[in-house]
Amino acid sequence: MNINDLINHTAEWLRGAGPNSNIVMSTRIRLARNLAKVPFPNRAEKNDLVSVVDDLGKAIAENNYFKDSVFLKMNELDSIDKQFLVERHLMSHEHAVSGDGKALIVSAEEVLSVMVNEEDHLRIQVMQSGLTLNESWGIINKLDDSLSKILNYAYMGNWGYLTACPTNTGTAMRGSVMLHLPALVMTKQINKVLAAIAKLSFASRGFYGEGTQARGNIYQISNQVSLGHSEEDILQNIGGLIRQVIEQEEQARQALFMQNRSMLEDKIFRSLGVLKSAHIISSQETIELLSMVRLGVDLGILNQVDRAHINELFITIQPAHLQKIEGKKLTPAQRDTRRAALIREKLGGV
Amino acid sequence: MQCNICTKKKATVHLTEIIDGQVTELHLCEECAREKSVQMEQQFGLADLLAGLADFGKQVKDVDKVKLDCPHCGVSYDDFKKFGRLGCSECYTAFREHLSSLLKKIHGSNLHLGKAPLEFPQPAGPAIETLRDLKTQLQEAVQKEDFEKAAELRDKIRISEKKEETPS
Repeated sequence: MNINDLINHTAEWLRGAGPNSNIVMSTRIRLARNLAKVPFPNRAEKNDLVSVVDDLGKAIAENNYFKDSVFLKMNELDSIDKQFLVERHLMSHEHAVSGDGKALIVSAEEVLSVMVNEEDHLRIQVMQSGLTLNESWGIINKLDDSLSKILNYAYMGNWGYLTACPTNTGTAMRGSVMLHLPALVMTKQINKVLAAIAKLSFASRGFYGEGTQARGNIYQISNQVSLGHSEEDILQNIGGLIRQVIEQEEQARQALFMQNRSMLEDKIFRSLGVLKSAHIISSQETIELLSMVRLGVDLGILNQVDRAHINELFITIQPAHLQKIEGKKLTPAQRDTRRAALIREKLGGV
Repeated sequence: MQCNICTKKKATVHLTEIIDGQVTELHLCEECAREKSVQMEQQFGLADLLAGLADFGKQVKDVDKVKLDCPHCGVSYDDFKKFGRLGCSECYTAFREHLSSLLKKIHGSNLHLGKAPLEFPQPAGPAIETLRDLKTQLQEAVQKEDFEKAAELRDKIRISEKKEETPS
């Protein structure tokens, strides 16, 4: 497979299925791993980085989890390709900056991906649809075990996995759950929920990455502490917290539905109407409207719309995706037109 | 009192900023305070935050007097404080004492209780077995809130780790 094959596929995590998928969009677990005694990427010479990419290439090629995978060297990609991969949640913004000695490996279905030489030598990620902390942990744990037999990981008995930044040391694991919380936003309870999350030492941020506002009412919640607890305990804590947030969102949805039903239906149907009819639309407006339509699907108000289509649009309406679909560079104005066309195509518009 | 920023809502958050010795007091509503805190987070990056935390390491040993360099990659402890990134796995041994208190500040613990690599070369003999057992016992003691026993186990672990501590 190569990078252009990704555009014709829908990633597994966008299926809109799996446990609690009316609120939980996806679950992601990331492990940071380094090779012992090899300088971390920020200190390494170019030849060190290249040999890490080569060593890992071999290790991955022998691994069953990466059959039919895509192996991408960053210095062989143009800026649209790199942005496309960031938009798909396969790699970070940082990984797209300066390409020498950096690589990305993506498994079929995009369930697993590995950033090579980002902040750490390896950033292994598993991402699935719905609330699947246990299942996802099972997958990434096995992959990590099998890689640990071939790669000499940097590890100390008392401090666990050694990472470039001490905020990741220990399990070097970050579990993060992406939630769609429109009712908590509409009922103005979201700030209280986020404050409670912060108090419990968990982090929350927007869908479109670190430092972004939570556009489309989508929030990612993840653990910050990585040392002093086992991986299972950390994930169990996240799970417990997420279930409480889900409950709050469900209650808020019920309250909106019971008390303001016509207002809610009006908002949802208007949103769908605009998406189906617009000929020029910005990504900001699209994301807000998609959020309302998704809520309509989740509440059973819109039966004719497929949740997977809505999830997919959250990703494909972004700039680099539109340009990959079109196969050429587009100006912002051209993108707004192309975006509207793509949405009408997907939702059967006029 | 009304919020200094939006001048509409009631101020419930009171913030004192000291910039270059100049003290400013701000009274904010919950909403404006949230925005302000986002701005502040952006101003103080993770590196600064870490550097600030890392300064606490001075209590362990005065780093201004003893210049610390990692013998393997050449990163100095000062570099680490400046950029918030270590240079290689060996830095953890070179800066052990400082990192130990830093890790505790960040995570609330400096003892790994998670998984280990499958083929991690285990030093021969029962020593590591004992260490693992001790860690399990410590976890149990903490859960039972038997802190006396926990402290005793913690000390035993420390001694045992001093013997073991070499990264792979």
